[in-house]
Amino acid sequence: MWCDMEKDTSIIVRGIGKRYKIGAFQERQDTLRDLIVSQVQNIGNVFRKGGGKSKKEEIWALRDVSFDVKQGQALGIIGRNGAGKSTLLKILSRVTDPTEGYGELRGRVGSLLEVGTGFHPELTGRENIFLNGAILGMQKREIEARFDEIVDFSEVEKFIDTPVKRYSSGMYLRLAFAVAAHLEPEILVVDEVLAVGDADFQRKCLGKMGDVADSGRTVLFVSHNMSAIQRLTQESIVLDKGKVLMRAPSAEAVDFYLNRGLSKLGERFWEEDEVPANSAPFRPLAIRIIDKEGHISDSVRSVDPITIEIEYELTEEITGLRVGYYLFTTRGEAVFTSFDIDSEALFREYTSRPAGVYSSRCVIPAHTLNEGRFVLGVNASSYRIKRYFQDDQALSFSVDASGAAGTQWPEPRPGAVRPALEWTIEERGRS
Amino acid sequence: MAESKLLSSTQVVTIKPAKGWLGIDLQELWHYRELIYFLTWRDIKVRYKQAALGIAWAILQPVLTTLITSIVFGYLLNVDTGNLPYPVFTLAALLPWHLFQLSLQKSSISLVGNANLITKIYFPRLIIPLSSVLAVLVDFAISLVILFIAMAIYRMPLSWNALWLVPLTLLTVLAALAVGLWLSALNVQYRDIQQMVPFLLQIWMYATPIVYPITIIPEGTIRYLYSLNPMVGVVQGFRWALFGGAPPDMTLLFSSIAVVVLLVSGLFFFRRMEKTFADVV
Repeated sequence: MWCDMEKDTSIIVRGIGKRYKIGAFQERQDTLRDLIVSQVQNIGNVFRKGGGKSKKEEIWALRDVSFDVKQGQALGIIGRNGAGKSTLLKILSRVTDPTEGYGELRGRVGSLLEVGTGFHPELTGRENIFLNGAILGMQKREIEARFDEIVDFSEVEKFIDTPVKRYSSGMYLRLAFAVAAHLEPEILVVDEVLAVGDADFQRKCLGKMGDVADSGRTVLFVSHNMSAIQRLTQESIVLDKGKVLMRAPSAEAVDFYLNRGLSKLGERFWEEDEVPANSAPFRPLAIRIIDKEGHISDSVRSVDPITIEIEYELTEEITGLRVGYYLFTTRGEAVFTSFDIDSEALFREYTSRPAGVYSSRCVIPAHTLNEGRFVLGVNASSYRIKRYFQDDQALSFSVDASGAAGTQWPEPRPGAVRPALEWTIEERGRS
Repeated sequence: MAESKLLSSTQVVTIKPAKGWLGIDLQELWHYRELIYFLTWRDIKVRYKQAALGIAWAILQPVLTTLITSIVFGYLLNVDTGNLPYPVFTLAALLPWHLFQLSLQKSSISLVGNANLITKIYFPRLIIPLSSVLAVLVDFAISLVILFIAMAIYRMPLSWNALWLVPLTLLTVLAALAVGLWLSALNVQYRDIQQMVPFLLQIWMYATPIVYPITIIPEGTIRYLYSLNPMVGVVQGFRWALFGGAPPDMTLLFSSIAVVVLLVSGLFFFRRMEKTFADVV
């Protein structure tokens, strides 16, 4: 061991990197036949090109990541999708090995990469508490000692001897989180587990997470929810393309992340083979979220207007075409639906669209959406004639509510929208 | 609780790239013994929960197979089993065979079946095929009772030799685990394995003296090669422990050597592949 750990350091990470072979990732050889075919091709390549250049490309999901976490500190990790956050957590919780680098974790590590890991639908709530607890690394006597607490927290007492396959998704989540929340490791690694459940439940989870952070345990916390990051962590690191861009007090890190357009990937392209053949003559090209500054962004602020742009190509003229989107929460609740020719004027103007490339843009006014993650579904159809294309999960994005109505109180607010409404208060005389 | 905290606060987990061949960390496996127990218990519980006949399948399977082989090989083909009644002769072999067969079926798909655990939580991966093999022991225990009942019906006494069933069962489990380690690790990468297992088992069954006596295999070199099949030693051992006769010394020795070779190589292969499971599965 070449690094001496300070007494109060809980996690130490030095030059951690993880390399994936794209070949092994995308063109995975799932069957022996594929393996044999590819080997034969490789041999063929040797003869053809002389050099036998391998087609496999490598990608570093993480590179040269170093940081320390002091005992009792809660560190946030933020970055857009694909920045390497999940890979980092997987390495720290030892699910996968790093390709290079070194790390030390002092104390028992509990990782919550997903609530309900190992839950079995056929088993009862009681049985699943024990099974899941054991999977998360609890000893049987620990689970027994905390059993009542767990059941209490989950609020599913009446159904504790019912197979969990009969649970509603809310009950299932509550039970799963309850087990996880009662895990008491010295180091807790948490990935986005708060993005589930209803607002009430999220509030409860956040409270519990706050307790964990306050109780002197070390917490690593990954989330797209910038408010939760700011509430639960003192410091955060910003990851981008597998590298640590900055480490700063969380408020500063969040600001940096939201304003530098780092929260990219608020964009989705459709490759030719992703589009069903019967979509023709409509062909979707891209959908993107654009922030106030005109940057494509995966994280936008509630206090700014949000632009949604859908780009598509018509290979032939279409009559009565309407292109639009559904907005859902990640729990699948519809927030609203909107089409590009909703307005009377555009409806009259675009009775028919000739072949060509188009973009339909829509602005969601500032102060509309509440914090959280949203999912956009795309629909292109001619009413009562044909639905050309539909993708219910075309793109997702996060809304940060910092500065929105009522954020002077740091509590989560139920509801998908957060309008800044006009209130008046009148004093009707004094008693 | 206070005690466990004190212990674990000194526990330091090191993270670094795994290189080359790794040994088996028995201490860690022992530390995770409760997880082995819970996963085994889950497998047993889940297997019979949705089946209308439940645990009765553990009785029906050997009884029905015995019936079929008794009719085909005992009655129609009139296979020579010495002075043993054919149903008892075949049932004594079918018991360890079913243990082996079911263990292998379960363990070969165990890693893929538990992909959600492997990609989310760390624990020694060895626990997965191990617990799926252990779960099958319950079926075995039940079917053993059937055998004893059948022997009672034919008025065949048990001798102290029957105690040999314990190490012989262990040998069966180890044999299944050994092959299961190879197949489960390979199945993570190549899903062909799970298609191949039924055929492999079918061939394997006919390469084991279950429906026929070992005496039809020529003695000498061929018999020794034949005994490299671990199940040959096990089956002959079972028959000897239950019915007496000449002890299967050399057969059992060869079979045991084969198990040890398969198991050690399987463990090393598994450990080597282990680090890629979460990325590939």
